[in-house]
Amino acid sequence: MSDYFEVRLSGSGGQGMMLAGTFLAEAAGIYEDKYIVLCKSYGPEARGGACRSEVIISSDPIVYPEVQKPDLVLAMTQEACNKYHKDLKPGGIMIIDPEHVKNIPDTDIEVYEVPLTGIARDTVGNEITANVVALGALAAIVDWVSPEALKNAILDRTPKGTEELNKEAFDRGYNYIVEKDVQKSRTVV
Amino acid sequence: MVKGRVAVLTGNDAIAEGAIVAGMRFFAGYPITPASEISHYCAEKLPKYGGKFIQMEDEIGSMAAIIGASMAGGKSMTSTSGPGFSLMQENLGFAIMAEVPCVVVDVMRFGPSQGVATVPAQADVMQARWGTHGDHPSITLALSTVKEAFELTVRAFNLAEKYRTPVILLSDATLSQMSEKVEIPDPDTLEIIDRKRATIDPAQFQPYEDDGSGICPFASYGNGYIWYTTGIVHDETGFPATSDPDKLTIQIDRLYDKINDNLEDIVQVEEYLIEDAEIVVVAYGSVARAAFAAADAARSDGIKVGVIKPITIWPFPEDAIKRVRERAKTVLVCEMNHGQLYWTVKEIVEGKAEMAFLGQYNGKLIKPDKILAVIKEVTAGVS
Repeated sequence: MSDYFEVRLSGSGGQGMMLAGTFLAEAAGIYEDKYIVLCKSYGPEARGGACRSEVIISSDPIVYPEVQKPDLVLAMTQEACNKYHKDLKPGGIMIIDPEHVKNIPDTDIEVYEVPLTGIARDTVGNEITANVVALGALAAIVDWVSPEALKNAILDRTPKGTEELNKEAFDRGYNYIVEKDVQKSRTVV
Repeated sequence: MVKGRVAVLTGNDAIAEGAIVAGMRFFAGYPITPASEISHYCAEKLPKYGGKFIQMEDEIGSMAAIIGASMAGGKSMTSTSGPGFSLMQENLGFAIMAEVPCVVVDVMRFGPSQGVATVPAQADVMQARWGTHGDHPSITLALSTVKEAFELTVRAFNLAEKYRTPVILLSDATLSQMSEKVEIPDPDTLEIIDRKRATIDPAQFQPYEDDGSGICPFASYGNGYIWYTTGIVHDETGFPATSDPDKLTIQIDRLYDKINDNLEDIVQVEEYLIEDAEIVVVAYGSVARAAFAAADAARSDGIKVGVIKPITIWPFPEDAIKRVRERAKTVLVCEMNHGQLYWTVKEIVEGKAEMAFLGQYNGKLIKPDKILAVIKEVTAGVS
């Protein structure tokens, strides 16, 4: 079961968590020939309500389709962080945006603090690219999905005229991890 | 997203894609969660294939429209969820009686009534069997993966065309919204069955004359064959024949026989690790996936568990249960309802094995751990 990964991308409506899940699923499924399952769940709100997308990536057919013990959680809100860090596998990875998540859980997980919204807004120049910045960071942290596959999947769905913006958002997220070697605040019970 | 032959599709999209590949060119429906995306997909794609999409005023009209389209010779489909499926029952009965091939998709959500629109259940299983009044057979298939959503939709059309009957596809809210990777097969490699057409001189044509196969050759309206059809009991002429007791019996027998004489072709079941299983889990649809995972987990704990997954729910795969009922100690039925197929399985087991039941009706997909816990309870009880 080593080549089997569960991911939960969580935040609030408008942060692009659904689309990020689609990118990740299509990157692994279409560009890396893995089996994938993508589940999306959200409340009735178009903006602001808690929402999440969940992706399973596996080299074998996926039997049970729901995420149970994620290997990685992206939390774009404090609420998402509070709710989902408990589900992580021991030693699992959590990526948080410190602009939205102030209290980091004190458990056996690896936490990556990445100013996703800040990079999107201040460096890339468009806050709505925070989800793509996050996928860039994710690609630099894990080795079970390649940055090339993710970029291809993102560009497949990028509206004309925003290709460069999305590429930059992805690279900024990726480079933030690579350059700063940001693995930090690992807390062990 | 479809890229070449590889696609990442939701269960809903895969049903629509499968239908188009099967040759469906007419879709009528009314939006309802969690089935609406089937309509969206058909609305977008069907015109590109020369097909027609129509949003009807309600589900009664939707069912009527697909019957009309089929009688004009096309392959047709509608999709809905529980509340809409209830409204379709009257016309579904007409399609059975008038022997009109068509496919009806019910993406099951929590009920009764409006229930909960966004969460899964499997509580329409008996409605798929007996929702419309009167004696009638039902062909109903249950979907558990996106791959099956594609493949079994193609199969549903084949069965509908072959046996001149509506076929019901049962999906659920989990599968409908979930995406998986599907290899879209080359359409040339797929078996696509079209209904047997009348070739006889139109002047000699009797619309409900059995040609010996149990299936009456079909003549599309608008092709020179002039015929009458009705939901009233009719003889081979198609006209009402309500005063002859024999004809009433013949009509009902014919509807049943064309299905019951072909069970080998119609009934499909997936069996997993049942050869030496002491506990056989019966699960269908999305829940079957939890059952497979639970069986693997139980096996690694040294408990001999197997799974029977009915793919054809109706007619129910009786033989699969009969094959295991004496060897297995316990038959455990897992479903997202208060107990529906449980009773069917229990009847077939005939007391030859213990029965156990896990019914969950909280809007959540049953987890493998929950099934495993029941397996362990059962094991502790029987050892």
